[in-house]
Amino acid sequence: MTAPAPLWEVFVRPRRGLSHVHVGSIHAADAATALHNARDVYTRRQEGVSIWVVPAAEITASSPDEKDAFFDPAADKVYRHPTFYQVPEGVKHL
Amino acid sequence: MTASFGQVLALGDDALVAAQRLGQWCSRAHEMEEDVALTNIALDQLGAARLLLTYAGELEGAGRDEDALAYLRDDRDFRNLLLVELPNGDFAMTIAKLLFLAAYQRDRYHQLAGGADERLAGIGAKSVKESTYHLEHAALWTLRLGDGTEQSHRRMQSAVDEIWPYTHELFDDNDLRPGWLATVEPVLAEATLTRPADGWAPRGGRSGRHTEHLSYLLAELQVLHRAHAGASW
Repeated sequence: MTAPAPLWEVFVRPRRGLSHVHVGSIHAADAATALHNARDVYTRRQEGVSIWVVPAAEITASSPDEKDAFFDPAADKVYRHPTFYQVPEGVKHL
Repeated sequence: MTASFGQVLALGDDALVAAQRLGQWCSRAHEMEEDVALTNIALDQLGAARLLLTYAGELEGAGRDEDALAYLRDDRDFRNLLLVELPNGDFAMTIAKLLFLAAYQRDRYHQLAGGADERLAGIGAKSVKESTYHLEHAALWTLRLGDGTEQSHRRMQSAVDEIWPYTHELFDDNDLRPGWLATVEPVLAEATLTRPADGWAPRGGRSGRHTEHLSYLLAELQVLHRAHAGASW
């Protein structure tokens, strides 16, 4: 058994107006094959209108070890949340 | 103008037998992703087969539905092309069969979509999109195997050589071969494969004279229905 093909992360846009969302990953030897595989594995039930595949190796991820330094400082900054405003009546999609 | 029972039956049998063959890849492909891809294609074929066989049964007017046509006929009554009943062989062989079949089915369905028979036009319009994808998928693998390693090239070339003679039968009842060649030849060329010379051209599927492989395939396809008539999941 040869080594499995490289891993690709798959992002699917469910419909126009929404952004691509990470749905999982697949193996493929190259980008075109990755796109085909992603289509077959993740959009069989009309889940999407657009697919991105990204080499998993190209993704730079935050480290779990840095979790405290990265995310905790935001915990006590409630003033960053837009919750101190009255939403004018009739404003949608806010 | 409506099509004849025989014409529609032949198209339905092509799709049904192709579905059964591709379904045999389930759990056996080299990667899970390709496993899903091949069985997706099998399900597309099965979907087309159901529509076509149902319509064929109505045209015949003898009360046979899709199940009666799929499960209760013997090999001599099947009208599918020899190409679809040939064993899967290795992955290259399966890809060669799919490439040649999908290129033909795409053009055939496209023709039906613009034809006079409204029911067939609907089936054609739905299936042409599926065949286009099957063709893309087969072409993708033909390029990678043909223009891949020394071994993959050798096996892809040998698959193309072995299947090529069976492609002549695809065009016995239509004039689609020039368009088919215009699709297939550039793919082979880009994959650094040699387009085989035309020569031996086995046929007989359309008149019920099949290879021995069809009987084994049908035995597996039909055994449950024949043992438990009318069984449902």
